Amino acid sequence: MEKLDNKILKEIIGDKNVLEEDVYNIRKNGKCVARKDNPNISIVSKENNKGLDIYVKENTLFGIIHIPVIITESGLKDVVENDFHIGKNSNIVILSGCGVHNPLNKESEHDGIHRFYLEEGAKVKYIEKHYAEGKGTGKKILNPTTEIYLEENASLTMDTIQIKGVDYSERKTYAKLKDKSTLTITEKIMTCDDEKAITDFKIDLEGNNASCHVTSRSVATDNSYQEFHSNVVGYNKCYAHVECDAIIKDEGKIRAIPEIYAKNVDANLVHEAAIGKIAKDQLAKLMSLGLTEKEAENAIIEGFLK
Amino acid sequence: MLELIDICFTRNNKKILDHVNLTFSDNKFYVITGPNGSGKSTLAKIIMGIEKPDSGRILFNGQDITSLDITNRAKLGIGYTFQQPVNFKGIKVLDLLKFAVGLNISKEDALNLLKSVGITSPEYLDREINNSLSGGELKRIEIASVLARKPLLGIFDEPEAGIDLWSFQSLAEIFKEIENNSQAITIVISHQERILKIANQIIILANGKVKKIGPAKEMLEEILND
Repeated sequence: MEKLDNKILKEIIGDKNVLEEDVYNIRKNGKCVARKDNPNISIVSKENNKGLDIYVKENTLFGIIHIPVIITESGLKDVVENDFHIGKNSNIVILSGCGVHNPLNKESEHDGIHRFYLEEGAKVKYIEKHYAEGKGTGKKILNPTTEIYLEENASLTMDTIQIKGVDYSERKTYAKLKDKSTLTITEKIMTCDDEKAITDFKIDLEGNNASCHVTSRSVATDNSYQEFHSNVVGYNKCYAHVECDAIIKDEGKIRAIPEIYAKNVDANLVHEAAIGKIAKDQLAKLMSLGLTEKEAENAIIEGFLK
Repeated sequence: MLELIDICFTRNNKKILDHVNLTFSDNKFYVITGPNGSGKSTLAKIIMGIEKPDSGRILFNGQDITSLDITNRAKLGIGYTFQQPVNFKGIKVLDLLKFAVGLNISKEDALNLLKSVGITSPEYLDREINNSLSGGELKRIEIASVLARKPLLGIFDEPEAGIDLWSFQSLAEIFKEIENNSQAITIVISHQERILKIANQIIILANGKVKKIGPAKEMLEEILND
């Protein structure tokens, strides 16, 4: 591992050393560079190195899986498909993320397709972080796709964060929920300069008493643009709450297009969307505690995306 | 000392403050009272710099602060509690107290600040400043954030508004304590007899003008009989 790799890993995984973890697979510039699994969690490469199949045995508790991706080659387009097969009643944490360092002038692109198949009663917390850097004019593009299939009583919590540096991203999330399964998604996106970020949720609540809660918090500054689409369909007695909350600054633009479709009289679907600049009172309060206007703005945005 | 000289403020053709002249001395506790719409809150906001007067001057310890922004007034030692405490997303009570003292504050010191406003449970430090807290709790945290700065001039805009009776009784205790111990200028906007009784001086505003000003003892009877 090079110094640069460690720096990028730190941005997406945090301070810990992945190589000291129990289960991990590190992919760099389209190839696996380090892997470790254990008797309960196995990591198997797909044909042609196009991704991984990760199998978690039934009743595996407290497993933590790290699957970071690093791209340092300018001009590389990396497409990866990772499928997670989570056995009954397991309880797993998955940390994923993609860090792009593109110092040159060609486009770098990573399209990660993650599919989650949760058997009955399985629980997954999935944390995904996207980060890009590099002073060249080469665009940094990330297009993550997530598919989630929840069997009865399964639950998945997904936290995604994309903070600055990604020139273009198109994020697609699809989920299908069976009886009494629950899905909680929290998405945080901040764009600046001329960046564009598009996010698209499609959730089918097929099961009886299935529920989902989607929270999207976004900040668009400078001349950046964001789009939020969501489409939740209730086929049964079910509950959905979708919340899109956004702050715009400078010439930033945000468009939210919500759709909820109840196909059953017992479906209870709620959508809330709010876009606006930072409230004057919030600025005034923090300034009255001695912060400058700029410091107050940063504190409000940092809190909002925390 | 704080001097307001000929302050005028008009909005939508309504004179909200009409040639207001007031002087506030150090070590004194003032209560400003008067009917709704008399200009009390606007006056408080003008002192903090949240609103700018159309004309007039503000002097704080001899310095003309009329053109200073909120931040610079805060740095001179002016503090203000909002009548409606401001809600945030993601900012926690501990964060707010950190901002208030301008440096890292230990959890123990933060908790001591909360104790001074009657909040004793440490779990409050991790609570977000939003409507998951009751009106009384938000009010106390708002007051704690200003007390944390040890202001030379503290302005408290209707601290009793929107809180329950029990909270109000302990708030009155807090202000009694401030009156006893503070070397600063304290200005409280209030209608409550218990707060009025603590005052050294009472100022009555009506229709944007100072209607009357005098020692609390002389003024109280008149106000209560009004």
